[in-house]
Amino acid sequence: MLNVKVLGSGCANCKRLEERVRKVVSERGLAAEIEKVTDYAQMMRWKIMATPGLVVDDVLVATGRIPSEDEIAGWLTK
Amino acid sequence: MEQTLPSPTGASRRAGARAWLLVAVAAILWLAAYTGIQPLANWLAYGLFGLAPGSHLGEAVAFFLYDVPKILLLLTGMIFAISTARSFFSPERTRALLGGKREGVGNLAAASLGVVTPFCSCSAVPLFIGFVEAGIPLGVTFSFLIAAPMVNEVALVMLFGIFGWRVAALYLLAGLSIAMVAGIVIGRLKLEHYVEDFVWQLKGGDGAVAEERPGWAQRFALAWQSTREIVGKVWLFVVIGIAVGAAIHGYVPEEALADILGKSAWWSVPAGVALGVPLYANAAGIIPVVEALMAKGAALGTVLAFMMAVVALSLPEMIILRRVLKPRLIAIFVGVVALGIVLIGYLFNLLI
Repeated sequence: MLNVKVLGSGCANCKRLEERVRKVVSERGLAAEIEKVTDYAQMMRWKIMATPGLVVDDVLVATGRIPSEDEIAGWLTK
Repeated sequence: MEQTLPSPTGASRRAGARAWLLVAVAAILWLAAYTGIQPLANWLAYGLFGLAPGSHLGEAVAFFLYDVPKILLLLTGMIFAISTARSFFSPERTRALLGGKREGVGNLAAASLGVVTPFCSCSAVPLFIGFVEAGIPLGVTFSFLIAAPMVNEVALVMLFGIFGWRVAALYLLAGLSIAMVAGIVIGRLKLEHYVEDFVWQLKGGDGAVAEERPGWAQRFALAWQSTREIVGKVWLFVVIGIAVGAAIHGYVPEEALADILGKSAWWSVPAGVALGVPLYANAAGIIPVVEALMAKGAALGTVLAFMMAVVALSLPEMIILRRVLKPRLIAIFVGVVALGIVLIGYLFNLLI
């Protein structure tokens, strides 16, 4: 099972990214657990400089923007 | 660093050409619309609605019908251009550019990069940590953190659309100067011990995602996405602001505000700043009102100081920064920036 983390302190973009990830996961019937990381000290494990950040199986794939559904699907089905 | 990245493939080059074509067509339509607003507004107000030219109501309605589409078109077009330009900057790249810069040059570079680097106040904490970890001095980091929200793209476009390029340029210069000087002051005060301890304990490293260099199609798509987002957020404030401004234009007597908001009232600049700090309003809605107030005798410096206090110092950002800064440092940050804005307000009132 994939582990997906959304890094962000709860700003509007972070929430939107989380919604989009959930939508992609449910629409394409993927097996993934989605976690939110709101603690900065933890978030900084990935050395991000802008939120939101998206982490798939411990690898940072995007920061500072909301990727498109297709992009997210690409990372989740790789 | 550009050279080490893979060059665009044929497919992305074709997509880029298509995107450019689309943008060119949109630009032509935009120009046509922009030049058609004035005759359309006059025809609607005086022809269709049958209002008398020169009457209070007629003038107010014509002003509203002209200003709303004009400002919305300007916002859409210019925010798109700015967003496209910003796609060439990233926080990671800015950090690399600022590394090893000293006081002075570093503060100037940080303030300028603060204007062009895409930034949202919710990212202030990771950005702050990223800068400090990379060894960028605290004062230089603050120059960036002050300039980024203060020189606000929506405010800049609105000032340009309503007051003209001189006032927009003054606002830009004022914002850069305050960010630079406040950063130098904070750097000199040696406040490193007022940064929360966990920040210093984090291990350094480079977390940039190895993303491919985006092609033009992708840049335009992202710019359009952020334009829609920004204009979507502010358009209602713009309409309300212009409506209030139009009403003031039509009905408030000339020079009515000279006593409270004019140059002669020395206390109006600090009062405007004190009022602006807790206000987390939207520059978009304030500027049309401000323009109408000025026509009735308010002074430009007072009005600009109020606006800068509104956008540069906001409570939500302070709360976010509290995660990495101790209260003392936040207080000094607010104090130094507020003082800078007050001084700029006086300077404008003196000069203009």
